[in-house]
Amino acid sequence: MKFGVVVFPGSNCDGDCYNMIKDVLCQEVDYIWHKETAVTGYDALILPGGFSYGDYLRTGAIARFSPIMPAVIDFAHQGGLLLGICNGFQILLEAGLLPGAMLRNRSLKFICDKVYLKVKRNDTPFSNKLQPNEVINVPIAHGEGNYFCDAETLAELQRENRILFTYCNSNGQEENAFNPNGSVANIAGIINKQGNVLGMMPHPERCSEQILGGTDGYNIFASMLQSFQEVGC
Amino acid sequence: MKELTYREMGLTDAEYSQIVTIMNREPNYLETGLFAVMWSEHCGYKNSRPLLKTFPTVGPQVIHGPGENAGVVDIGDGQALVFKIESHNHPSAIEPYQGAATGVGGIVRDIFTMGARPIASLNSLRFGGLEDARVRELLSGVVAGIGDYGNCLGIPTVGGEVYFNEAYQGNPLVNAMCVGLVKKDEIALAVASEVGSLIMIVGAKTGRDGIHGATFASEELSEKSKEKRPSVQVGDPFMEKLLIEACLELIQEDLVAGMQDLGAAGLTSSIAESASKKGRGVEVDVLKVPRRETGMNPYEVMLSESQERMLIIPRPGTEHRIKEIFDKWGLDAVAIGKVTDDGIFRVMEGEAVAGEVPVMALTEGCPVYVRTAEEPEYYARCKAYDLTALPEINSREALQKLLASPNIASKKWIFSQYDYQVMTNTAIIPGEGDAAVLRIKGTRKGVALVTDCNSRMVYLDPYQGGMMAVCEAARNLACVGAKPLALTNCLNFGNPEKPNIYWQMKNAIAGMSTAAQALDTPVVSGNVSLYNETAQGAIYPTPVVGMAGLLQDIEQRCDMAFKDSGDLIILLGRFRDELGGSEYLSVCHGLETGAVPRVNLEEEISLLNLIQNLIRAQLLQSCHDISEGGIAVTVAESAIMGNVGCTIKINSQDGRVDGLLFSEAPGRVVASVKRTAMDRLVQLVVDYKVEMRIIGTVGGDELVIEDSGTEITRLPVREASRIWREAIECFMK
Repeated sequence: MKFGVVVFPGSNCDGDCYNMIKDVLCQEVDYIWHKETAVTGYDALILPGGFSYGDYLRTGAIARFSPIMPAVIDFAHQGGLLLGICNGFQILLEAGLLPGAMLRNRSLKFICDKVYLKVKRNDTPFSNKLQPNEVINVPIAHGEGNYFCDAETLAELQRENRILFTYCNSNGQEENAFNPNGSVANIAGIINKQGNVLGMMPHPERCSEQILGGTDGYNIFASMLQSFQEVGC
Repeated sequence: MKELTYREMGLTDAEYSQIVTIMNREPNYLETGLFAVMWSEHCGYKNSRPLLKTFPTVGPQVIHGPGENAGVVDIGDGQALVFKIESHNHPSAIEPYQGAATGVGGIVRDIFTMGARPIASLNSLRFGGLEDARVRELLSGVVAGIGDYGNCLGIPTVGGEVYFNEAYQGNPLVNAMCVGLVKKDEIALAVASEVGSLIMIVGAKTGRDGIHGATFASEELSEKSKEKRPSVQVGDPFMEKLLIEACLELIQEDLVAGMQDLGAAGLTSSIAESASKKGRGVEVDVLKVPRRETGMNPYEVMLSESQERMLIIPRPGTEHRIKEIFDKWGLDAVAIGKVTDDGIFRVMEGEAVAGEVPVMALTEGCPVYVRTAEEPEYYARCKAYDLTALPEINSREALQKLLASPNIASKKWIFSQYDYQVMTNTAIIPGEGDAAVLRIKGTRKGVALVTDCNSRMVYLDPYQGGMMAVCEAARNLACVGAKPLALTNCLNFGNPEKPNIYWQMKNAIAGMSTAAQALDTPVVSGNVSLYNETAQGAIYPTPVVGMAGLLQDIEQRCDMAFKDSGDLIILLGRFRDELGGSEYLSVCHGLETGAVPRVNLEEEISLLNLIQNLIRAQLLQSCHDISEGGIAVTVAESAIMGNVGCTIKINSQDGRVDGLLFSEAPGRVVASVKRTAMDRLVQLVVDYKVEMRIIGTVGGDELVIEDSGTEITRLPVREASRIWREAIECFMK
């Protein structure tokens, strides 16, 4: 399976995603500079975390206009697997590939910590190696991860089962107290209608090896690999 | 901008006449400005140079010591660590957010200037008491500034220390350290090699911000300091991120002969320093410098401290390729002058000569002052203070008070604002161990990093305190399993022109030198910050040590958390009950006095070697150095981190109970051990001639302390944890 990690000016988790795919998942991976205009030959794309364009204007608001983005959007429309992590999620929102917007964390502070996520379903290409209602422990690091959408959109997300991860405690209880940033309905990650685009604030690439304190994130990438092997080969 | 007199620029009458002698004429306004910034303490080290010369700086592990932008240390496999710590105290006192942010930006540039990829940041912070609203504002601003800048760069902030004491009420300290990784054959140095070489300025455009920042940093803070707010620069971490990537690409392609960041004193300092290295001269045209403001005169361009700029001396014929790379990253790269052979620093404004100064006069010519040192009155008085008359306090109450002291309490409110995991190398995160540990991808190695200084101890006894800072840093590294390699320091003191302050400097530096020599941890880089005074007086002398160590096998790393019920808890080192300078005295008795517990370097070295070997042999379950709060707090922290209780036994025959529990005497650690490992452990302990006592066992969910069989403290770990975790958060709500 061949992954592409898109590099915007100011991306800073591009290397982490690249290394994870190459050295831990042991799959092919390239960096794709944001000034490129094609993404042919890739089976999955990752929009990594960071501060693309220094978060100027709004998080993800400028990256969304990078030359690579029409190709990325096209790739997603054609069913390609697209994972946006942290700033990557913010870019997916700005690009209209996922609904909603990000507000500043309700504490108005950047938060680096490890949180528990509840896996809401495992019939997606990003969660087939996980169990429904499984609780995973994944790091977060963001200043604007307070996901917001209007009531109508939220109802739609819920109706279509598109909330993939929610914040919870170690027992899987989803309560406001375990929500680190104030996001609506404790949302940590959502998918698009077709299920091939995932945006999530937590960083699975930071917990895919024991030396980093846990391997719960590995299964998200492994799920992508499994779904590709089932469908793609 | 209003014209300043030479005195307002910070030059003394004597210095000015010295300049007139050198120039053989009156210097013009620009030339006076060049001298003023280059001869400031910040750039010229004129009050500290003779003392700095006493540091040990060499060793087989040292590739480059002081004199480069940062120190370079060999870690094997053709790799090296590059690191340095630097102060941004004065700017942070006036404008905490930007002051701290640009402090991070500056030190990061020092690291990638050497061709190294920055892999970690640390910091060392000092503030007044958190009861004060202005202090809370400063802390919030400084932490947000450090976080926002470092987080955006994608460099993990993995460690640091924070202390609160009234001595820093009006003059906080913000010291930032950065560590980079470089292949030994790709180290870049700041040398203006060939005559005729171009000099390029790259990165951000030049504005009027930060003019005379270096001079401002070299005088005491006062009410008038606020007027100097324009001397504080404004940071743009996005620009710096682009600059890092672009500069490292230049190094990859071997395009540069010399690289120098623009920090204090801006273009003036970086040009003078790269030219003076080989006795060359330079000619630059200020009209060619890209600007973001109109109407700037040569003085303003040369002295601007606008951030995120670098000076590059390209290898012949590479100018075009350099411009291409910078264009890719959307940055300016402009040739502004060339290296000459006449030893003159010549500033042109188009065709006109705006100023001409001998380069060496700016650098080597900087006057050096050996000040008078005089023992302050407080020293003997505090040393003789009779602590035996001190009433003993209920140990449970004392422990609770200590856990709630912001100097001891959890620093999570601070470090959770820093991204400490980006780059996916952080194997021991903040709060988990005595030092941060990072893996070096592609090897089995780990790097351990720490900053340390107990400035109360340094104040009470600068020589002992200086030794303690070095020893504690080394001990922290050993406690995670690393061999200490070398150190960088940031010497924060008051006004050196005052004999009592100079005495503190002299003795603290002597103590650090002695310990660094004995521990084989040479000083490879550093920074001096003087004039840290307000109308209320000087700060505590604060010579912060940043130290790096190496683990050959990162899988052997050790953290501070107690693990399994039934494990034995041991004290390595002697039971000591000296309370001088302790947090206990300060928190429970309102005293900052007493004789400082003495360092025994021989014992310290044995202990360091022993711990490293015990961890390498995988004989320890946890390891935690005894510092602020003594054995009691050390044990409590291990219990809190392990979420498990323990019982500790002391014996009042060994000394005062509060002394045994709360003494901060150096040279000691608390470890936990599986019972089955004890035989092998004891053998090694004997081999290294270190004193050891079994002081308790891990288990239960309470922290129990017994004196000679009688219970004197019982505290649920949950409760201890709550007190410890909530203290700083409560202040900051």
